[in-house]
Amino acid sequence: MGASATGLAAAETLRREGYDGTLTLVGDEPHAPYDRPPLSKQLLAAEWDTDRLTLRTPADLDVLDLDLRLGTAATGLDLPAHEVRLADGSTVPYDGLVIATGVRPRRLPGEGAHVLRTLEDALTLRDRLTPGRRLVVVGAGFLGAEAAAVAWRLGAQVTLLEPAPVPLAHAVGAEVGAMLSRAHLDHGVDLRTGVTVTEVTEDGVRLADGEVIEAHEVLVAIGSVPNTEWLADSGLGVGDGVVCDEHCEAARNVYAAGDVARWYNPLFGTAMRIEHRTHAAEQGMAAARNLLAAREARKPFAPVPYFWSDQYDMKVQAYGYLRGHDEVAVVDGDLAERRFVAVYRTGDRVTGALAAGMPPKAIRQWRQAIAVGAAWSEAVPTELEEAHHG
Amino acid sequence: MRVELDEPKCVASGQCVMASPEVFDQRDEDGVAILLVEHPADDLMDGVREAIAVCPAAAIRLVEQ
Ligand SMILES: Cc1cc2nc3c(=O)[nH]c(=O)nc-3n(C[C@H](O)[C@H](O)[C@H](O)COP(=O)(O)OP(=O)(O)OC[C@H]3O[C@@H](n4cnc5c(N)ncnc54)[C@H](O)[C@@H]3O)c2cc1C
Ligand code: SF4
Repeated sequence: MGASATGLAAAETLRREGYDGTLTLVGDEPHAPYDRPPLSKQLLAAEWDTDRLTLRTPADLDVLDLDLRLGTAATGLDLPAHEVRLADGSTVPYDGLVIATGVRPRRLPGEGAHVLRTLEDALTLRDRLTPGRRLVVVGAGFLGAEAAAVAWRLGAQVTLLEPAPVPLAHAVGAEVGAMLSRAHLDHGVDLRTGVTVTEVTEDGVRLADGEVIEAHEVLVAIGSVPNTEWLADSGLGVGDGVVCDEHCEAARNVYAAGDVARWYNPLFGTAMRIEHRTHAAEQGMAAARNLLAAREARKPFAPVPYFWSDQYDMKVQAYGYLRGHDEVAVVDGDLAERRFVAVYRTGDRVTGALAAGMPPKAIRQWRQAIAVGAAWSEAVPTELEEAHHG
Repeated sequence: MRVELDEPKCVASGQCVMASPEVFDQRDEDGVAILLVEHPADDLMDGVREAIAVCPAAAIRLVEQ
C-alpha cells in the first residue's frame, strides 16, 4: 500500500527475489511512482520537466507484472481477514502486506498556504514564484531552506520564519545549523529566528505576538504527519508511524517501510522513523526480503541512514542518526569555509557525520565508523576534541 | 547488458559505490558517479541490480543490447 519510492522498491524486490504470485500496488496519487527530492530542487527551479521525475519507465513497470491501482486510497485493514479495503469499495486479499503510505505535510490554521509534498504542490508553487513576488516560508528545516534557496534564485523576495533560535539545531547541532543558516543571509533571504507563526491569513501570516507579515505566497514547511488514519481501527500499533520490530514487521506478515514506519533499529538501539529517500528504498527492500524469507532466516534491518540536501550552491550530506546527539566535532576542513566534515557523538559512540563541500571518500570512512559502532574516544582525534571544547 | 548512467540526475549519494564498487566510483570534486565498467560480467550483475534499486535518483539503468 503506497505507490511511491518505498512501495516500488518493495515490489521490485519481491519480483527480483523470485516471488511470481499476484502483486498489487495501490496508491492514492494518480501518477506512476515518481521522485520527490527534485520537487524542491530541479522541478521547482523549472530546470526539469515532470517526466524526469518518473522513477521507472512504463516498460520497466510492465516487467513487474503488477496489479497497479493508482488514484485509489486504502481505507481500512482487516487483519483477521487478511484484507485491505479500498476507497472504491473493493477489497484486496493478501498473504503478505507492506505498508508504505508515507507522510503528508503538517499545516497551519488558515487557508491558502502552499505545502510541498506532491507534484501538484510543486507545480502550483512554481507557477506563482515569479520575480519580485513576496514569499514567506514558514519553517527553516531542510525542506523550507531548499525551497527558500530556489525561490531566491527565481527572483522572489523571500522571508524565512523559524521558531527555533538556530534553524536545524535539534537535527545537526547549533554550530552547523548556524553555518547553514548564514547562507540565507548571504543571499539576501530575510531569515528571522525565534518567530512563531500562529496562522495563515489572507495577506500573509500572523505571528504569536500579533504582527502580520505580508506575502503574496506562503509556503508551510513545518514537518509531517504519517499517513496512518486508514489503519486506525486495524489493531496495529500506531504512534507517530506504524510501530514495527527490528524486522520491520508490525503484525504477522504485515510490514511497514519508508517514511511511515517507526521500527527498532538495532544498530542505534532505538526506535526511529526516518524520512530520507535512500532509506525509503532500503527499507522497502528489507521489508520485502523479510516477507519472503522463512521466519528464522529474516534479518534485522540495521541501516546507517543517509540524507542529502541542496542549499544554494552547497550540497550537504549526512550519515547516521544525529538527533539527540551529545557532542559535535569538526574533524576535517573548516566550518567557516563551508568545506568540512562534522561528526556526532551519542553516549560513547560515533553516531553521525555531516559533510559539505568535501570529496566523497572523506565522509564515507565515517559512515563505516558509524556502521561498526566505533567508540568516540578511538575514532575522533583528541586534540580536535579539545580544540572544539576549548 | 549495458549499464547506463544519467549523470545530471545523480545526487552523489554513493549508494552505487557501496553496492557495486567494481562497477561504480565517484568523482572527487563533486561526488557524481563514474561508470567503471559499461558491460559488467555476469558475476557483477547482482551488485549492479542492487545499485539500481538503491540509487535514490533512479539514475542507473540496464539496457538490453
Ligand atoms: C519536496 C521534498 C524534498 C525532499 N528532498 C529530500 C532530499 O533531498 N534528500 C532525502 O534524503 N530525502 C528527501 N525527501 C524525502 C523523500 O522524498 C521521502 O523520504 C520519500 O519520498 C519517502 O518515500 P515513501 O514511499 O516512504 O513515502 P511517500 O513518498 O510519502 O509515498 C507514500 C505514497 O502513498 C500514498 N498514500 C498515502 N496514503 C495512502 C492510502 N491510504 N492509500 C493509498 N496510498 C496512500 C501517498 O499519496 C504517496 O504517493 C524529500 C521529500 C520532499 C517532499
Ligand atoms: S547511487 Fe545514484 S545518485 Fe548515488 S552516486 Fe550512484 S548514481 Fe549517483
